[in-house]
Amino acid sequence: MTTTASNLESEQLPDPTGAPEGDLSKLKGQSPTRLAIGRFRRDKLSMVSFVVVVLYISAAIAAPFLVKAGVLDPTTFHQDLTDPNTGGLPIGRLGGISWDHPLGVEPQTGRDVLSRIWYGLTFSLAIALSATLIAIVVGAVLGIIAGFTGGWVDAIIGRSIDLTLSFPSTLMLLALSSMGIQLMADILPGGFADPLPNATYVVFVLALFGWPGIARIIRGQVLSVREREFVDAAVLLGASRRRIYFKEILPNLWAPLLVTFTLTMPAYISAEAALSYLGVGIHPPTPTLGNILKSSINYSSADFIFFFMPAFLIMIIVVSFNLLGDGIRDALDPKTAR
Amino acid sequence: MLAYVIRRCFVGVIMLIVMSLVTFVLFFASPVDPARYACGKNCSPELREQTRKSLGYDKPVVVQWTNFLKGVVQGRDYPDDPELRAAAPELVTHCPAPCFGYSVVNTKTVNELMKEAFPVSLSISIAALVLWLFFGVLFGVIAAVRRGTLIDRGIVAVSLVLYAFPAFFIGLFLLKFIAIKWQWVEVPVYSPIAEAGVGAWMTSLLLPAVTLAVLYMAGYVRMTRAFVLESMSEDYVRTARAKGLKSGRVLFKHSMRAALTPLVTLVGLDFAGLMGGAIITETVFNYNGLGKLAFDANTTNDLPTIIGLVLLLGTFVIVANIIVDVLYAVIDPRVRVG
Repeated sequence: MTTTASNLESEQLPDPTGAPEGDLSKLKGQSPTRLAIGRFRRDKLSMVSFVVVVLYISAAIAAPFLVKAGVLDPTTFHQDLTDPNTGGLPIGRLGGISWDHPLGVEPQTGRDVLSRIWYGLTFSLAIALSATLIAIVVGAVLGIIAGFTGGWVDAIIGRSIDLTLSFPSTLMLLALSSMGIQLMADILPGGFADPLPNATYVVFVLALFGWPGIARIIRGQVLSVREREFVDAAVLLGASRRRIYFKEILPNLWAPLLVTFTLTMPAYISAEAALSYLGVGIHPPTPTLGNILKSSINYSSADFIFFFMPAFLIMIIVVSFNLLGDGIRDALDPKTAR
Repeated sequence: MLAYVIRRCFVGVIMLIVMSLVTFVLFFASPVDPARYACGKNCSPELREQTRKSLGYDKPVVVQWTNFLKGVVQGRDYPDDPELRAAAPELVTHCPAPCFGYSVVNTKTVNELMKEAFPVSLSISIAALVLWLFFGVLFGVIAAVRRGTLIDRGIVAVSLVLYAFPAFFIGLFLLKFIAIKWQWVEVPVYSPIAEAGVGAWMTSLLLPAVTLAVLYMAGYVRMTRAFVLESMSEDYVRTARAKGLKSGRVLFKHSMRAALTPLVTLVGLDFAGLMGGAIITETVFNYNGLGKLAFDANTTNDLPTIIGLVLLLGTFVIVANIIVDVLYAVIDPRVRVG
């Protein structure tokens, strides 16, 4: 999804929802940020998606502690709960749902599905978050430099963006995986047994193909900001390049960056799942939403709950992040109408 | 105009050359021995040495790259090493221009492999394109016309939810439930148009095309809706209404014409990306298109095929970019080339 967010004019525009005319005594000046937050809070759909996203993130943060405390147990086998006569299907209805295992147990191994999904959420979100942050930082820095400096620097960065975007990213992710993961395993401690090399590879390559799109958006924004008077003033005052980049220009970009962030996160959550399906990414026993879904494929008709739950959770978070992104964009840009 | 097209093509060719160099460096300058992968799982040191020579992997990366480029322009013979060719002239395979390499795993030239797989990918992409374009634009227009109603919200919500499910989950659901369990449609097996006829060709494409269409449709619904809404507030639409045209005529002749122009860019780029093979969808339905070829090449570490595919897909994207830009300038007289 493309982002065309622009809050540049919002400072000059009057508050579209402001107090009625004639009641000027109650009119108070509000900062653009306050106005945006106010608009956001009035939008029910955005608030709901915001709450869902916050819930997911808190659940993801809580999971490792719950595992440590023994509340969640994603690794213990309960083979007494699976029936070897049916090829290891869980005993009981709906995938062996019981008080101890509210979402049932995994076929074959009998591991608790709720624990695996909950703990898997942590890994999925961590991967998506790291990749998004790296892509945004690299994209923003290069976008600012390209947009502000212009000339041959802009040309080189622009060509690199075009070049990177021409590469078929899924194929590259897949094709570089065996070498990339080996490389990561050599560099990082822990070796192949650890989920770290695989996770690092996925994060690194997602970011590698993610930064150009972000850099392109930021470059466009910088081109419009750069012409404004306060930047000229800073240049005339003899401000250093770094100051101009990060103190003068960057604060004007946080709106598009925020929108980009909320729209990149869901894309990477889906990407993690897709990569798990293709066999790249983190392998069990470390759970991610993607690899749980992959391992559930063979039981899709026999144990539908197990097949559906991870996909459903991915769907909810992806929808919520997308709606949140749209909501933030609308709130920051009063001109847009839904 | 012609000068513009020529300049774009020139830049495109340079991009492709740089892209091939980057690909070679990525795959060959890594610490992992490419011959080990090209040679397969059960590989003796002698066999590996022979593979290395026959593919030309014993030469420096730059020489390999120039040989590859020479092969693209004038074709080349495999094995690469003249001594090996002289030793067994009956085993020499000529790979005519544009030669993308030789796959040891499949004992075929990469061109032959791609030629076999391309019609499958092309068929799936055409079928998917027709579906998503038709339904995406249709639902987008309906949502725009019925803006703010339950119908509008419903369309936007359903398309977003479908988009948010992982693609392979949708594909597997269609395959395992719609086709296998409930038997609403036949289990899809690709049937070429020349052998099975148009009807069978189309039914065989239904499920994979639906899987892909669902993925792309959400974006098109959103875009169409936004563009139609935007154009409906234009002055010329108000004028058309004011002079008493029927609302249907205003919608189709005046408003949609302007609204759909920006979709050209999107369609061109999405289609080009798809034509290069939908790795996940083709793998799910086991259709031997370019995407499945890429997946298999990765599983068997068939490096020449992977490199060939990366460059083929890059070519598609670069060519599509040029076509789209030129087409856009033709459709929209306001766009100036230069």
